Amino acid sequence: MNEFFRMGGDGTYVWSAYGVTLAVLLLNVWWARWRHRSALERARASNGDNRVSRRPTVRTIE
Amino acid sequence: MRLPRWFHLLGSPPFIYKLAGKVTPWLGVISCVLLAIGAYWGLVIAPPDRVQGEVYRVLFIHPQIAYVSVMAYVVMAVAAGIGYVWRIKLAHAVAVTAAPIGASFTACALATGSLWGRPTWGTYWQWTDPRIMSETLLLFLFLGYLALRAAFEDRDKADRVSAILAVVGVVDVPIIHYSVIWWNSLHQGPSIMKLDKPSIAPEMLTPFLIMVLAFTVCFLWLLLNGLRAEIVERERDSRWIQQLVEGANG
Amino acid sequence: MAPFLSIVDRDVRIAARRLSEAANPLLFFVIVTTLFPLALSPSSDEIREVGTGVLWVSTLLSSLLALEGLFRSDADDGSLEQLMLSPVPLGVTVLAKITAHWLITILPLIALVPILALSYSMPITALPTMFYALMLATPTLSVLVALGAALTVSLRRGGAIVGLLVLPLTAPVLIFGTRATDFGLHDQPTAGPLYLLAALAALALALGPIAIAAALRVGME
Repeated sequence: MNEFFRMGGDGTYVWSAYGVTLAVLLLNVWWARWRHRSALERARASNGDNRVSRRPTVRTIE
Repeated sequence: MRLPRWFHLLGSPPFIYKLAGKVTPWLGVISCVLLAIGAYWGLVIAPPDRVQGEVYRVLFIHPQIAYVSVMAYVVMAVAAGIGYVWRIKLAHAVAVTAAPIGASFTACALATGSLWGRPTWGTYWQWTDPRIMSETLLLFLFLGYLALRAAFEDRDKADRVSAILAVVGVVDVPIIHYSVIWWNSLHQGPSIMKLDKPSIAPEMLTPFLIMVLAFTVCFLWLLLNGLRAEIVERERDSRWIQQLVEGANG
Repeated sequence: MAPFLSIVDRDVRIAARRLSEAANPLLFFVIVTTLFPLALSPSSDEIREVGTGVLWVSTLLSSLLALEGLFRSDADDGSLEQLMLSPVPLGVTVLAKITAHWLITILPLIALVPILALSYSMPITALPTMFYALMLATPTLSVLVALGAALTVSLRRGGAIVGLLVLPLTAPVLIFGTRATDFGLHDQPTAGPLYLLAALAALALALGPIAIAAALRVGME
């Protein structure tokens, strides 16, 4: 078991590399989740205030 | 010529949001499983290398991350180009999502490569190595894209200006890649790294390929996850989002 | 052809009125080239080897300085919009402006290089190669910096990030340019990198103005 962690003496390098990669992946996952949550919160808060209407408004002259 | 309906649906944010929402859990599960299998295979099952001993096991993460980082740039550039030419907002959303993922993967590739280089080459960094130079320049290209986007307040302008940069960059990426290889081949004799040779032992090849697939699926998962966040951000005030958040409130 | 020449003429005249501004990149070039030996303290053998790299990096940075404001003064006083509205294709206008600024700022720089190269103990026999390499490389550099300038034209402090955007793209030019010069230094055949520089220049001059025009249109809308 110890041999597994030591990795023939180069354990620090192998495990740091795998650790960095795992950290980067987790960071990306957390970042996407955070963005999604805060975007939904902002959507809730804005209440559609800045909506750009796609339908042209038709005004008739009385 | 009438375009098929699914073609138009691909440009519809609510459709993609819902579709991605159904697909991402599966992608997440698949990528986690593949990553776990590949990592276990590579760390435990695969035998030690004749030349590098145990430290070669970085082979199961470093080239894969590097490959995905380049793929991320291409995805970003193609998406940005499509968004620019055909004015499809969703394409720009894909580009802007791919950028930070690609940048972090590029940095990760450089870090893992550096950690691999210390015990094998004797040094953390080798300026004259073509792959290091290529990947470093790629990182700058990602950062340049993100910096340019950040400088604009108007999102539409940011989308289209950075699209031009991304497309020019993607044309330059192969030029940079080959010029750097040519540059290094003159500096010193070709240094043969084990992963350059396609003749890799089968017990190592399988986990290698599993990890290639794993990281690709993982990138797709991260991309779609981020895309959903980006869609909500962009379509914040639209009716369908408002209905969505109201529905969540009950 | 006539509109191209008239725009070149216009820009050269405008720059000629403010020669001190045109001289800035030149002075920058000389200063940077002077600072390197100060920092590196090379021995008399090393100085020749460093010379190539130093001169090329200085050229690169000076081009950045010279061209990053290519569109700014015209954008500020409204003449850029007029140029964009004219029947002359915007790509032609862009190419003309780049040519004009190259003539005013880069060409004098290339003229200075031989003197500085000699100060770096480079043999006179190496100078022709360096000259050809610079003549082929600087158009590409100018196009790339102009692209950066166009992308940031509507930004208030755009100049700050032009370097970050453009310098990574110039890596191949730097590589081929320094290699060509090195080969010339060591009496090796220089045709390879020089042809590659020419190819890059052809690519940049042909496609660059299209991208630059597109960037200007987006920026100025």
